[in-house]
Amino acid sequence: MQSVSTLERVLRGTALSLVIFFFMFPIFWIFLMSFQTNETILRVPPSMVFEPTLTNYRSLISGTLEGSTATLEIRFMGNLYNSLFLSVTSVTVGLLLGVPAAYAFAKLKFRGSEDIAFTLLSFRFAPPLLVLLPLTIYFQKIGLADTYVGLIWVYQLIVLPLILWIVRGYFEDIPSDIEYAHRIAGHGFWSTFTKIALPLAGPGIAAAGLLAFIFAWNNFIFALVLASADKQPVTVGALAFITASGINYGQIAAGIMLSIAPTFALALYAQRYLVEGLSLGAVKG
Amino acid sequence: MSLSLKDVHKSFKKDVVLDGVSLEVPTGKTLVLFGPSGAGKTVLLRLIAGVIEPDAGEIAIAGRDMHGVEPEDRGIGMAFQNFALFPHLSAHENIASPLTAQRQSKSAIADGVQRLAKLLKIDHVLGHKPKELSNGQKQRTALARALAGQPNVLLLDDPLRNVDAKLRFEMRLELPRLIKDQNATVIYVTQDYKEAMAFGDEIAVINGGRVQQVGSPAEIYLTPANTDIARLFGDPVINLLEVTPQMGPSGPFVSVSDQHLVLPPSHVGDVDRPCILGLRPEALRFVEAGAPGAIPLTVETEAPLNEKTVTLAVTARGREIMMSRPAGTPGPSTGAAHMGINASAALLFDRDTGALIPSQDAKTKGKVA
Repeated sequence: MQSVSTLERVLRGTALSLVIFFFMFPIFWIFLMSFQTNETILRVPPSMVFEPTLTNYRSLISGTLEGSTATLEIRFMGNLYNSLFLSVTSVTVGLLLGVPAAYAFAKLKFRGSEDIAFTLLSFRFAPPLLVLLPLTIYFQKIGLADTYVGLIWVYQLIVLPLILWIVRGYFEDIPSDIEYAHRIAGHGFWSTFTKIALPLAGPGIAAAGLLAFIFAWNNFIFALVLASADKQPVTVGALAFITASGINYGQIAAGIMLSIAPTFALALYAQRYLVEGLSLGAVKG
Repeated sequence: MSLSLKDVHKSFKKDVVLDGVSLEVPTGKTLVLFGPSGAGKTVLLRLIAGVIEPDAGEIAIAGRDMHGVEPEDRGIGMAFQNFALFPHLSAHENIASPLTAQRQSKSAIADGVQRLAKLLKIDHVLGHKPKELSNGQKQRTALARALAGQPNVLLLDDPLRNVDAKLRFEMRLELPRLIKDQNATVIYVTQDYKEAMAFGDEIAVINGGRVQQVGSPAEIYLTPANTDIARLFGDPVINLLEVTPQMGPSGPFVSVSDQHLVLPPSHVGDVDRPCILGLRPEALRFVEAGAPGAIPLTVETEAPLNEKTVTLAVTARGREIMMSRPAGTPGPSTGAAHMGINASAALLFDRDTGALIPSQDAKTKGKVA
C-alpha cells in the first residue's frame, strides 16, 4: 500500500461520504418516515425529531388500514409472500433451464446456437408492454391468466436471458482441457457437467441467480397486468396505499422498508460474492 | 494395446491441421511425436483421446475402430501440457479421478493414489489444491492422474514443457522407466530433440499436418529425411553448405574450400544438381596442415562444454562451420587450423526441396514418408 497524504485521505473520505449520502439518504428518510404518522410526515418544515410509532408496521402486518374515515382491508403480507414465492420459483426455474442451456451455448457449438442465444437476449430489448398485450389474450384463452404458473412463465422473460448470458461467460472461461481430462479419466458427459463445470462456474451461477432474483423481485408491469389481487407481489400491492381518502405515506414507507428488506439483506450478504463473481467473468485468465 | 492411425484428416474451418496422418504404434512401445509448435501434435492426441472427431480417416486401438467411441470408454490416460488439473479438487482427488470412474473401493483408491504419489514424490502434498502446488508438483500430479487408471494407451502432451530445467532433467531420467513399468502403449509429444531421442522407441517427425519421417532415433539422426529434420535434431546444429557435385577421376565429388570431398559412387546421377551438403559437427575434426583433403580455416571461438568442445570456425570463403569433439581431445582454440571431413557421415540434400538424396551404401535407411 502506498503512503497516502492526509489531504488525499480527507478528500477521498469526503467524496465517499457524499456518494453514500446521495444514494442512502432516500432510504434513510423512508426508514424515518415508516415510524411516523401521516401528520408528522407532512409537517412543514420537515423535521427529524418526532415520536416514533409502530402503527404503520402493525397495520401492515394485521392487514387493516385505519383511514381517517373508514377502515380498509389490505393484503400486504400476502403480497410480500407472493413476491417471495414468485421470485424464488422464477429464479429456480430460470436456473434449472438457463444453466444447462448456457453450458450448451458455451461448450457445444451447434448450428444456429449463436442465433438462438441472441434471440433469447433480444427479449430484453423489447418493451414489456409489447409482449404483454398479446400475452394477456393468449393467457386468458389457455387459462393461464391470473395463475402463479402463468406469472412464473412470464417472469422467465426477465430471468432467463440474464442467467443464460452471465453463466455462459463463466462456462466459456473453463479451459476445455480440464473437462477433457475428466472425460479421459473415465467419467461421462453428465458427470463432467455436474462435477467439473458446475462447481467451477459456481460463483457466476450464484451471482446470476442473485441478480435475477433482484430483477424478478422488482418487476412491476407483468404482475400488474397479468395478476389479480391475491397473486400480486408487493410492487403492485403498494398501489393500495393510494386510497380515495388520501395517500398513506407512513404505511407506504413501512411497506417499502419491508419489501426491500429481503433484497437488501441478500445483497449485503452476497456483496463480495457478487462483485467477485461478476468481475471474474469479465477478465479472462 | 496397439494403436493405429490411417490417413487421418482434421481441419478447423479452413485451417488444415492434419493432412493425412498414418501411424502405427505396436503394443507397449513408445512413439515420440516430434515437431515445431503448430504442427498438429496436440490435435492428433485429442483425436486419439476422442475429445474431438477426425474429419476423415480411421483411429483404431487394439484393432478396434474408435469412431463414435466416447473418450471415457477408450481406456486412455493423458497428461496435458498445461496440466489441466481440476482446480477445485485436492491433489489426492485429482489423482483418484480415474479410480473413482472405475468404481473402485475406497481403500483401493487410497492405496492406488498413495502408491503413485510415493513413486512421484508428491505424497506430502496430496491434501493441497492445485494452486498451492509448485509447477513441478502440478506436473507430477497430472502425470499420476494419467497413470492412475492403468490405461492401455498413455498420451503425454509435452509434460516437461512447463517445468524448470532441473526438474526437467530429473524427469528425463525417471520418466522412461516409469513409462516402461506401465506396460502401456505411449505417445509422447515433445519439441525437445533430446527428449525425443531419450524416450522414443520410434520418432515420428510431424510438420505442417503431415508425418515427414518415422524411424528409430538413430535413423532420424543419421539419415534425416530433409534439411528441416537435420536441423532440428542435433546440438550444435548441423552445418549445411551449398554445393554442386561434379565428376572427377575417382567418382562424384563436391568442393569444400577447393578441397574435393569424394561422394559414394551412387551419387553419379546427381552431378551438376544443386545440392546442400550436411555435415554434423562431430563428423569434422582438426588435422595437420599437410593431411590429404585438409581444409584451411580460422578458429573464431571455442565453447568448452563438459562433455564436448564446440568450435566455431570460418573457412577461407567465409563460411561458418561448427565443429564438435569429445572433451579432453586436443585442438586449437584460436587462429589458423585445418579441418578434415569424415566423408561417410556427409549427407546430401536437394537444394530446392531440401529432401535427402539417399546414398545406397548408407548402412541405415530411414523410412522416408
